Amino acid sequence: MSSVRVLVGTHKGAFLLTADGKRNNWTVEGPHFAGWDIYHLKGSSVDPNRLYASQTSGWFGQLLQRSDDGGKTWHQPGVPAGQEPPQAGPPTAAPNRFLYDTSAETGKPLTTHQWYDGTQHPWEFKRVWHLEPCLRDPNTVYAGVEDAALFRSTDGGETWHELSGLRGHGSGSSWMPGAGGLGLHTILLDPKDPNRIYIAISAAGAFRTNDGGKTWKPINKGLKSNFMPNPDAETGHCVHHMTLHPSKPDTLFMQKHWDVMRTDNAGDSWHEVSGNLPTDFGFVIDVHAHQPETIYVVPIKSDSLHYPPDGALRVYRSKVGGNEWEPLTRGLPQKDCFVNVYRDAMAVDTLDDCGIYFGTTGGQVYVSPNGGDTWQPIVENLPAVLSVEVQTLA
Amino acid sequence: MPRVPAMSQIRVQLPFHLRNLAQVGNEITLEVPPPVTVGSVLDALEARYPMLRGTIRDHGTLKRRAFLRFFACQEDFSLEPMETPLPAAVADGREPFLVIGAIAGGKL
Repeated sequence: MSSVRVLVGTHKGAFLLTADGKRNNWTVEGPHFAGWDIYHLKGSSVDPNRLYASQTSGWFGQLLQRSDDGGKTWHQPGVPAGQEPPQAGPPTAAPNRFLYDTSAETGKPLTTHQWYDGTQHPWEFKRVWHLEPCLRDPNTVYAGVEDAALFRSTDGGETWHELSGLRGHGSGSSWMPGAGGLGLHTILLDPKDPNRIYIAISAAGAFRTNDGGKTWKPINKGLKSNFMPNPDAETGHCVHHMTLHPSKPDTLFMQKHWDVMRTDNAGDSWHEVSGNLPTDFGFVIDVHAHQPETIYVVPIKSDSLHYPPDGALRVYRSKVGGNEWEPLTRGLPQKDCFVNVYRDAMAVDTLDDCGIYFGTTGGQVYVSPNGGDTWQPIVENLPAVLSVEVQTLA
Repeated sequence: MPRVPAMSQIRVQLPFHLRNLAQVGNEITLEVPPPVTVGSVLDALEARYPMLRGTIRDHGTLKRRAFLRFFACQEDFSLEPMETPLPAAVADGREPFLVIGAIAGGKL
């Protein structure tokens, strides 16, 4: 019988939630890496036992953790365990070293980006926001980092190299951080074309490569951001999250700072599909595993008030790819609820009836085992949830 | 035959999360070649416990992380150059070298 494993990153560690395909009875395991921010953890679709986790701290910086047994044990890739003295000679693995490209050929001009006050500010690595395992090779994984850049490892996370064509495509020096930092938070790999990757940055916008990361172009035409001097600028938009359905990788859905957007030409142009949403501000957006036109968002009151309207936690679902939305409330708190749902904190499983999952800043993780019709909490008192991913296991 | 300099046995105390990461107890002892400096102790620490690389000093710049401080014999060595000699009491193992994290204090 199939089962699911939900990977939850929180402000104080990682938790693994497991259940059989009915998704009624859950086992909660954790915290792993107790006391650390776990921005994101995700499993390989090629080898479900291979998990990657971003462990980070304001005190101690970034660590990269890997599990090869489905989360039972973890290690820093390539680094010997503490009890054994390391081998002689210089270390080869450096799983937490994310060095920006400063080579004369490709990295030399990429020294500063725009700061909040409009001045130029040095590019400084702070943390890994998102890890995206390759769809074909469990040892290849992408990392989206703050300050915004895309890194790739092809040795299971032991070493990382920047795909500097992104920062160097031309607009990098004008990128400005959002309130949460200049984070590259979304990485979408095209399942049909291994050379096509979409990424999104707060607050630079969305970008696409068609050549495996060598060259990039902004894909923000149609986005309108009224907080910018030029609301239609090519870059500078605060994209909060994007998603796609594997069967239609040219169609992307976006939750922007304000506005829910859609493209059907791989980002060459976008149009708004906010429709009848009570507010089109929010962070998460996801798509049903088997219905490419069924999408989900969690409206948040405003950019100044990061909680649901009316104190009622409602997921909104559109079955027609946007514009026409219905609130999903059964099982969710409908009064006195003032939590937020962060951008990476929603996921879907691939069981026949498609489970939908999301986590809140209040420490709840909810599941709907029926595509959003009804909801139930899996856990209610975790630390603030930073990310949710789910694996559907045979 | 060239004389091999004697290694010093240096006691080091780490904050909670780094002890967990290195899987060690309250205090560890490191063999450090002379001269015993802030940098040579950190070099020996990172060589013996490579999982700590990048957590005390930045990988690229080797600058101390902002929220960590270095103390020995009640003196603050946080802002001293890496080649600064540590006190004799640290070099001969009577006193530990302390890596201390800033107090969190809560967000509000």
